[in-house]
Amino acid sequence: MKKISYYPGCTLKNKAKDLDRYARETLAVLGYELDEIENWQCCGGAYTSAKDEIATKLPSVRALKAGYENGGKVLTVCSACYNVLKQTNHEFKVNSDFDMRVNNYMGEDGGYHGEGEVVHFLEFLRDEIGFDRVKAAVKNPLTGKKIGAYYGCLLLRPSSVLGFDDPENPKLMEDLIRALGAEPVIYPMRNECCGGYITLDDKNAAKKRSTKVAESAKEMGADCMITACPLCLYNITKNADTEMEVKYFTELIAEAFGIL
Amino acid sequence: MENRNFKEQILRISGADVRKCMRCGKCSAACPSYDEMEYHPHQFVNMVNDGKIEKLMESKSIYKCLTCFACVERCPRGVEPAKVIEAVRLEVIRQQGKNYMKPDDIPAKLDEDMPGQLLMTAMRKYTK
Ligand code: SF4
Ligand code: SF4
Repeated sequence: MKKISYYPGCTLKNKAKDLDRYARETLAVLGYELDEIENWQCCGGAYTSAKDEIATKLPSVRALKAGYENGGKVLTVCSACYNVLKQTNHEFKVNSDFDMRVNNYMGEDGGYHGEGEVVHFLEFLRDEIGFDRVKAAVKNPLTGKKIGAYYGCLLLRPSSVLGFDDPENPKLMEDLIRALGAEPVIYPMRNECCGGYITLDDKNAAKKRSTKVAESAKEMGADCMITACPLCLYNITKNADTEMEVKYFTELIAEAFGIL
Repeated sequence: MENRNFKEQILRISGADVRKCMRCGKCSAACPSYDEMEYHPHQFVNMVNDGKIEKLMESKSIYKCLTCFACVERCPRGVEPAKVIEAVRLEVIRQQGKNYMKPDDIPAKLDEDMPGQLLMTAMRKYTK
């Protein structure tokens, strides 16, 4: 079994345990073991774009460094962790002041300058494993299921930094859905925001956003949606007026692999 | 004078070049929070350029941005409005006693399904 450095993030240890569990189990079927970084700290959920902000980015830097020292890259499953870690890593490349101040602050723990790589589970499936191998591992093809992939914001934007997929017309999750034997449903709102954290301050605004997304998927014929983001799942299932089942993409893979 | 300082700080911490804006309005057209905002993304960009920062700082609009980055992605001039809005918000909440949400406000808002990610993100956005 090959190992890859893994940053689970706080939500995958709590409300989104399924996202974590099925990530581990499905990857094991494909011959990889997720090697959890020791003593990781929460990424903070949101990347602060302010150039002068250092302290809030240090937990990400520590995770990046640990991943780099343990095989060169760090794998994430949660969209938010992916976004925060990858934007933090990018900052080293474009902001020498950030690099200097982070390393000054970290002292002996420093010595990291953005050399590592951040990879999302979905990218890993596409680029390292390949959807042919995913397809070959399917025991229960999800024939006849119509599934709307929900990318939201955090996997795609800013695309110049993340490079996850075409930000306006992504296809990674659709390719995955096909490999699992189901039918992908393309709907206009798949790369728009669910309302995110505004649900804590303005429930009604979150309701409007998430209803638009769920409605769009439903109109195009989706039976259910898949996501990599615990907050997207929360908003669509709790705040949207439209009834729509939402699952973590890892659960869908587990279902098709016959390990659910 | 105070005003000039705010403008300089916002330009510095956002890293955005607001002068590149050609006022096409694409950022605001793409913004999912448009209806919730008093000032829209293109107005943030232009008002920062014009030094009308206090108006923005006093507006609830700074708490309506979802940081979805649709405006950044779709701006044809690479202006990055979301970073400008973030910088204006930070100018406010970095001041002593100006946190938008207080830890005591949180318990009443919780429900059992809320992911930790939500609370962490909201704290990042609304408090210092
Ligand atoms: S990042 Fe903020 S301002 Fe920009 S489109 Fe999203 S919600 Fe609107
Ligand atoms: S999209 Fe860019 S150029 Fe157009 S109004 Fe917005 S900031 Fe200005």
